[in-house]
Amino acid sequence: MLETILGLKDVLIEGTIDTLYMVTVSTLFAYLIGLPLGVLLFTTARGGIHENTTVNRVLGWVVNIGRSIPFIILIVALIPFTRLVIGKAIGATAAIVPLVIGSAPFVARLVEQSLEEVDPGVVEAAKCMGADRFHIIVHVLLGESVPSLIRGFSITAITLIGYSAMAGAVGAGGLGDIAIRYGYHRYQTDVMLFTLVLMIAIVCIIQFIFGFAANRIDKKNRA
Amino acid sequence: MIQIENVTKVFKPGAENEVTALNNVSFTIENGDIFGIIGMSGAGKSTLLRCLSMLEKPTSGRILQDGVDLASLRGKALLKAHRKTGVVFQGYNLLMQKTVRQNIAFPLKLAHAPKEQVAARTDELLQLVGLQDKADVYPAQLSGGQRQRVAIARALATSPEVLLCDEPTSALDSLTTKQMLALLQDINTKLGVTIVIITHEINVVRAICNKVAVIDAAKFAESGRTDEIFDSPKSSITRLLLGTEGGQKHA
Ligand SMILES: Nc1ncnc2c1ncn2[C@@H]1O[C@H](COP(=O)(O)OP(=O)(O)O)[C@@H](O)[C@H]1O
Ligand SMILES: [Mg+2]
Repeated sequence: MLETILGLKDVLIEGTIDTLYMVTVSTLFAYLIGLPLGVLLFTTARGGIHENTTVNRVLGWVVNIGRSIPFIILIVALIPFTRLVIGKAIGATAAIVPLVIGSAPFVARLVEQSLEEVDPGVVEAAKCMGADRFHIIVHVLLGESVPSLIRGFSITAITLIGYSAMAGAVGAGGLGDIAIRYGYHRYQTDVMLFTLVLMIAIVCIIQFIFGFAANRIDKKNRA
Repeated sequence: MIQIENVTKVFKPGAENEVTALNNVSFTIENGDIFGIIGMSGAGKSTLLRCLSMLEKPTSGRILQDGVDLASLRGKALLKAHRKTGVVFQGYNLLMQKTVRQNIAFPLKLAHAPKEQVAARTDELLQLVGLQDKADVYPAQLSGGQRQRVAIARALATSPEVLLCDEPTSALDSLTTKQMLALLQDINTKLGVTIVIITHEINVVRAICNKVAVIDAAKFAESGRTDEIFDSPKSSITRLLLGTEGGQKHA
């Protein structure tokens, strides 16, 4: 088994790099879209600082629809769009498009949830200190929920590892691609298991680093 | 001067569970007062404080602060008015991810005060409330009384003319209550800040308020100088709060 794995060293390294690349870039872009969306979802809700039920309802629908489309269908449906943006529909970079679009609504909900944990009394206190909406969003809503946002970020990255494996099935490269090519098509179970171990290791590392950072930063429950 | 004129506040008007939290309340708070607003739980005291702090608008009637109708303020004028009135909330509402110093500095940062000024003023306030040694600690590490002090320092940061306090002692033990009242008295005397204290405890009013307004189930009962009101209460609710009516005592 060791021999097979060593023989595939280069393939496995490239796969790991591809997976890390897809996950990192798509997590960042998913937040670029999902974070403002999540803030908007929260602030336009009833009683929010930008209360607007129409905007809130429309956004809610968009996010819910986005979240209910199976990822594998999203990949296929987005092929023309991906081609338009990236120039091709195959490969790790191309996979980033559906990964971002598939996970941004998820991020929006995670962010919304983090902001909901902030004590509304603190928002009121900030208003009484002369904070405008921008200050409230930046310093109170986001500022007070940084630990929770970090935890959400790690959940997103881990979810995207699974998604990126699915994208691998349609030619995106990465560890998922290797698992399918060697394990499924060539019956090399040992290779498949090894890639699985690699993915689990990546998940654990992400979980550990971000969990540690979040706990370190969180001052709320520190006695 | 704060003139409360015929203020009525109705929550969920027209709905089945409509609540009239304030019903045609009028009285005046003069500059320099330590003004107590007393009433039983659910009387509408916090609602009145929320109207005074511009978090709620009266359904009808108006509140004039130095002649300006608070409900008419918008945009920049509203932000400025907020800075002229400090609020100490019942639950303190501190920023839990910021240190004591950062909490106190927060209103100054919002007002874009220069860095050195923020530092100097923050030190001054830390000293005023006696928390110099807790400057770099987080609120989670403080006792209730200490959090209250941070909330007071923060509310005073922008040098407001009025300090509104919602039940500032109801979560404190008797010794801490004494210290808290002494601090508020100090702030009133030394800084000339008008203080409004919302409470359900008659002893708090007796200890430091020169004037008092009594609210009974959303309605105004009476107001005036504390000594006069307590010596010869006109309304039954005041007698009830004083414990001089039928020997009953209500919290
Ligand atoms: N936002 C709100 N919506 C509906 N009812 C409210 C709201 N705020 C307060 N009330 C009601 O108004 C009444 C007065 O409440 P409050 O001002 O908190 O009383 P107090 O501070 O004197 O105990 C209570 O019956 C309370 O349930
Ligand atoms: Mg109350």
